[in-house]
Amino acid sequence: MLFLNTFLGVDYPTLWFFVVGALFSGYAILDGFDLGAGAWHLFFRKEKSRRIALNAIGPVWDGNEVWLVIGGGALFAGFPILYASMFSAMYIPFMLFLLFIIFRAISIEFRSKEPMKWWRQSWDIAYSVSSATLAILLGVVLGNVLQGFALGPNFEFTGHWTEFLNPYAIMVGITTLALFMMHGAIYLTMKTEGRLFAKVTVLLRRAIIFFIVSFGLVTMYTLIYIPHLTDRFKSMPLLFVVPLLAFLAIANIPRLTSKRRYKLAFIFSSVTVALLLLLVAIELYPVLILSTVDPQYNLTVYNAASSTKSLGIMLTIAAIGTPLVLGYTAFVFYTFRGKVELDDTSY
Amino acid sequence: MDVEILSRIQFAFTVAFHYIYPPLSIGLGLIMVITEGMYLRTRNKVYEDMTRFWTRIFALTFGIGVATGIVMEFEFGTNWATYSRYVGDVFGSALAAEGIFAFALESGFLGILLFGWNRVSSRVHFIATIGVWLGSMFSAIWIVVANSWQQTPAGFHVVGEGMRARAEITDFWAMVFNPSAVDRLTHVWFGAFLAGAFLVLSVHAYYLLKNQHVDLSKKAFKIALIVATVASLSQLLSGHQSADGVAENQPAKLAAMEGHFDSLAPAPMYIMGWVDKEAETVTGIGIPGGLSFLVHYDFNEPIKGLNYYPEDERPTAINAIFQFYHLMVAFGISMIVLTLLAVFYWWRGTLFQQRWLLWIFVFMVIVPQLANQFGWYSAEMGRQPWVVYGLLRTSDALSQVVTANQVLFSLIMFTLVYTLLFVLFLYLLNKKIKAGPYAHEKIQHSPQHESMADVLKSDE
Repeated sequence: MLFLNTFLGVDYPTLWFFVVGALFSGYAILDGFDLGAGAWHLFFRKEKSRRIALNAIGPVWDGNEVWLVIGGGALFAGFPILYASMFSAMYIPFMLFLLFIIFRAISIEFRSKEPMKWWRQSWDIAYSVSSATLAILLGVVLGNVLQGFALGPNFEFTGHWTEFLNPYAIMVGITTLALFMMHGAIYLTMKTEGRLFAKVTVLLRRAIIFFIVSFGLVTMYTLIYIPHLTDRFKSMPLLFVVPLLAFLAIANIPRLTSKRRYKLAFIFSSVTVALLLLLVAIELYPVLILSTVDPQYNLTVYNAASSTKSLGIMLTIAAIGTPLVLGYTAFVFYTFRGKVELDDTSY
Repeated sequence: MDVEILSRIQFAFTVAFHYIYPPLSIGLGLIMVITEGMYLRTRNKVYEDMTRFWTRIFALTFGIGVATGIVMEFEFGTNWATYSRYVGDVFGSALAAEGIFAFALESGFLGILLFGWNRVSSRVHFIATIGVWLGSMFSAIWIVVANSWQQTPAGFHVVGEGMRARAEITDFWAMVFNPSAVDRLTHVWFGAFLAGAFLVLSVHAYYLLKNQHVDLSKKAFKIALIVATVASLSQLLSGHQSADGVAENQPAKLAAMEGHFDSLAPAPMYIMGWVDKEAETVTGIGIPGGLSFLVHYDFNEPIKGLNYYPEDERPTAINAIFQFYHLMVAFGISMIVLTLLAVFYWWRGTLFQQRWLLWIFVFMVIVPQLANQFGWYSAEMGRQPWVVYGLLRTSDALSQVVTANQVLFSLIMFTLVYTLLFVLFLYLLNKKIKAGPYAHEKIQHSPQHESMADVLKSDE
């Protein structure tokens, strides 16, 4: 790949691969706690508790969802061939994803607009089910990407549309839900007080167990049945530091929560999300989607990428835009720091 | 039905539904920037109440706009995979720029705009309002640039052949400033200002007729009237510019808009009419040679008609394109007439005594919306059979692996969800309007607030 432009010794497609990875990590960390908090929603029984839980994510969920739009745009822009093959292969899961993302948004918007009990209860159910299903669907897509697709000539999917629902993908889906529920519960501990806070800490303990068990199962399944994912670590033992760090970060979460250091625990659960996605990136690179039909149809960062010219333009855009986005994201989080206070503008 | 027609219906339906909301966000955003700016200048609380009221309605339109906007981004990949492979290299940078420069700005500051009234100073809040509005304006830039590139591609070269062919970017700024981009962007912006301004006019006209919130409504009506008048007059100019652009870059579309079939003849410009595609005639009222004059400033100059182009390179739905285009123009003219009339009565000092005029404004809210919708229908149908003009056919742009049943499933799903969404939107919009501009103050004093206080005391 000598003809490719490079920046600090890294070629553009690889660089863009990390940009997309960083965007999806940002999305998983930020919307992850929204989805997790949403998945817990029905566990809160009192109207006020539900409103506080909802308003804990109220001012930020919309901004967080933007990371998905940008991540999707970045994937489309940088790897259009991948975008086309993956989205058309997984038509039904992506359509369901759209359904639930719309339902989550409108449940948040509409639930508090009417006082009737049936109205609020219906939207609460819609909100919680949508949040949980979105987390699972994200995991299902990730599980399929890890496993590989039946890609044939022109990188077109040759399998059946029901193939996305396989045991491994479902396991990754449930693990993602568990991870987000843990992450979301930690977020809620920072946003709640009194008895609601006490309830959240109980839920958090359950979430940690749920996550560690499901993560352990998925890890074993991966090691036994999906050997191609571990090849890279065999060839580059130094990279073992990443899974090691991930395990340490995970182990640190129950330690910190038992000491009631929730802010630090939240940082570590965010780091866990990022490290797990970095792990995925290392396992895959330079392949994006493995063809289960024939290795010559593997989609890689090189054959799926846009032209160097295009990537160069986008890297410039990202370099200018990222500090701005980080700047006002930080400003918004700073403005709404601390415990939730309901006022006339709340949901 | 086959995959192509189903996918086209689905994309058209989801994008048309989506397009109810972003113009409202852009237009209301402008009004909110003006009213909040007035508040900072005058410190008159009525402007703050006005801004807060419209912020609540803005929140509703924005929320639905975001939720329905992600759909199209995904549909490029799910339903139009070949198109995505073909345009990704060019289209990508516009989408990336939209996400990072526009959408992030908009959604980031939205939290402060909606929930920050009691948390930040009024100046910082004003900055957030401007940020949200600018974000929505920038968003329009990149989306219109991408769509205009499909109408008038520039700044690229085609690499590869057959299924592997794709457009690759050669010149970013040539792509951004493709021949139709600037004209179409201004047209979209003014259309959005009209959508927002006419909603404000409608609601406040209603309050005035019901003798409610009179002082606030008079002030708000005047602000929106100025925006609507400037925008509707500017729209005439920008519409003319756009039509000139179509004549130059997409002559087959122009011929379809006026139902002009003869391959080379002077063409009339119709005010209204009906196209008989089989007989290749138009029955209607028009100015003979009008189109020739519009394009060449000469009534006798021949214009290339539809028959000039090979049958498989011209749009098919001629009457629909003709009707949508003419309705858009008629709606545009009606907005100019109405706003000028209102300005005249304002100048005479009797604006708010013209109850009949206020009633017209109550119902005019639908007109800019229809003009926006119909304008897009004629623009997009007129581009057919191409998805990228002259380069990629719509029929070739589909996903190869998606079946008709899958698309049918999602189409039914979107139909049900969007119907629900639209009913809820109208219901809540109506409720917010009924509650009025002082709703946020009422909450603190109403009996409901007492029961709320009880709820607040009890805990999990």
